[in-house]
Amino acid sequence: MRRSLLPLTLLLVALVAGGCGRDGPSSDAAAPAEQGAAFPVTIDTPAGEVELARQPERIVSLSPTATEMLFAIGAGGQVVAVDSNSNHPKEAPTTDLSAYQPNLEAIAGYKPDLVVYSDDPGELAAGLGKLAIPALQQPAATRLDDTYAQLDQLGRATGHAAEAARLTATMRAEIQKIAADRPERPLTYYHELDKNLYTATSRTFIGQLYGQLGLRNIADAADRQGSGYPQLSAEYVIRADPDLIFLADTRCCGQSAGTVAARDGWGQLTAVRSGGVVELDDDVASRWGPRVVEFLKTIAAKVETLEAVGS
Amino acid sequence: MTVTERRPGPDLAAASGPRPARLRAGPMLAAGAGLTGAALGAVLVGPVRLDPWAVLVELAGRLPLVDTASGLTEQEAAILWQLRLPRVVLGGLVGALLALAGAAYQGVFRNPLADPYLLGAAAGAGLGATLAIAYGPDTGSWPVDLLPMAAFAGAVAGVVAAYGLGRSGGARTTTSLILSGVAVAAFLTAIQTYVQQQQAETLREVYGWILGRLTTAGWREVALVVPYALVSTVVILLHGRLIDVLAVGDDEASSLGVRATRVRLVVVAAATLATAAAVAVSGLIGFVGIIVPHTVRLLAGSGHRLLAPLSLVAGAAFLILADLAARTLMAPAEVPIGVVTAFIGAPFFALVLRRGGQAP
Repeated sequence: MRRSLLPLTLLLVALVAGGCGRDGPSSDAAAPAEQGAAFPVTIDTPAGEVELARQPERIVSLSPTATEMLFAIGAGGQVVAVDSNSNHPKEAPTTDLSAYQPNLEAIAGYKPDLVVYSDDPGELAAGLGKLAIPALQQPAATRLDDTYAQLDQLGRATGHAAEAARLTATMRAEIQKIAADRPERPLTYYHELDKNLYTATSRTFIGQLYGQLGLRNIADAADRQGSGYPQLSAEYVIRADPDLIFLADTRCCGQSAGTVAARDGWGQLTAVRSGGVVELDDDVASRWGPRVVEFLKTIAAKVETLEAVGS
Repeated sequence: MTVTERRPGPDLAAASGPRPARLRAGPMLAAGAGLTGAALGAVLVGPVRLDPWAVLVELAGRLPLVDTASGLTEQEAAILWQLRLPRVVLGGLVGALLALAGAAYQGVFRNPLADPYLLGAAAGAGLGATLAIAYGPDTGSWPVDLLPMAAFAGAVAGVVAAYGLGRSGGARTTTSLILSGVAVAAFLTAIQTYVQQQQAETLREVYGWILGRLTTAGWREVALVVPYALVSTVVILLHGRLIDVLAVGDDEASSLGVRATRVRLVVVAAATLATAAAVAVSGLIGFVGIIVPHTVRLLAGSGHRLLAPLSLVAGAAFLILADLAARTLMAPAEVPIGVVTAFIGAPFFALVLRRGGQAP
């Protein structure tokens, strides 16, 4: 398994190096020296300071979002293994490592010099500490700023601080641009997490993304405890009659515009009749990495077509 | 259901319980009134406020020879007919089946802590549902979802395995049956947990299913349950007196000409059918099968000719009310119905334990 990954890794290094070449002469030849100079670095994490003596060359990512971030900032070549759910980008060296039930021995088998993870279900951090493997925890973002901060952190930890800074600047600019074109009439929406009508309120990360477009969440009234993820009554969804229905359960649970229209009592909803049911990619809708921009563009385009039909 | 005074036979149940066991009109009428009230309240109240008078007029409008305009909008009518009403009906059916199955299990096993999930039905259904959620194909276009079918099959398979194991042990005692149920449940739960860990993205859906749900109930689910409900109800109600006879012990029962093992098999089969049908459409709703029969027993005695039909009606009323609480307490958010029934059921269960299982 690991042997077969080696050529792929080499290929990736070549690709990444080639990709960097476009940015100008500085990145290719000068970058290693520059990056070498940046180490050792000390990184503040919720679990305490993490000290990295050298630039990590064998990164294991147990977080699909972190995997996307690592590749987006040009650190993909340093990644030797990612967890079973890290399915993007395609080049990511997906393994059967589980992020939910992390197996320390299996992780240690990749001889990592940096482990990035999102949730610690138990003894992951303590175990990695015993093995003296540096580990970064990057929990689920609650705001867009968390995404930027995590990208910056990964940039510094992997010796790609400049690329990370460029990426976050681009993201900020693009999101600002999308938000500037927000529709005048605020549309209402319902974001479906599964077919039992679990949803996300406007306070959640994904809800704030919709907020960038000026969309109004119908679930806020249902979240008195402030969990951010209440389960709605079907009656209430029908009464609220949202303009847009976003399905984040297309892959997990096979939902589609067709299945929504076929539900009892849903057929006459505005969103169903006017084509406002949007089938999302579950993964993109549940991660907080660089693809949030792509996500926002999709939604913005949908809102624009709805607006055009409506006016 | 006709309420009749039956000819009192050798009233064996009177030996085990303090009250007479015959089917009496009074308690049945009281329970029926309770059920009607619960159902009416549940139809009138919900997370969306509908004008109660308009709802009543709308309901009356469906009766033959009545032609009225309720003034409900198209949307409100859809909420009433396609969301609220099927949910009340399904809640009633599921509650009735679980309570009836619980009463039957407690009777044939002579164990007050027996519940419909005793013989591996819950674990089997849980495994079936988990497999369907984790590996099942997209069934959105099928006439019936895969999930209820898998849960139903799992529940039946679990009980069949437990029954087979318990009988093959040689001694055909109820204890060996219950213990084999424990073994089967542990084994099936182990597989379920393994599958869940392998397919961690399915955790939330499996979890939601385990807590029980009537959230997305529709007429489709009602139609799915009704045939099983009819068969199992008729079988259990007809066996009420034979279940009473089992209370004296297998040997004595056979000396009275009752084949205890056979009666037990038939009743367990019917109760399993009821449980599996309920579980298939609503997930694992706990405690209904325990608290309802015990409450009925405390109020009306332990003879099964009265206990079984009363549990049926009281179970329906109880679950309709529990679901009413589930959808209105935090409205417009839902509280998982399993949480509601367990919140009421767990303290009650403790009370039953404290009383030392004096009921059969």
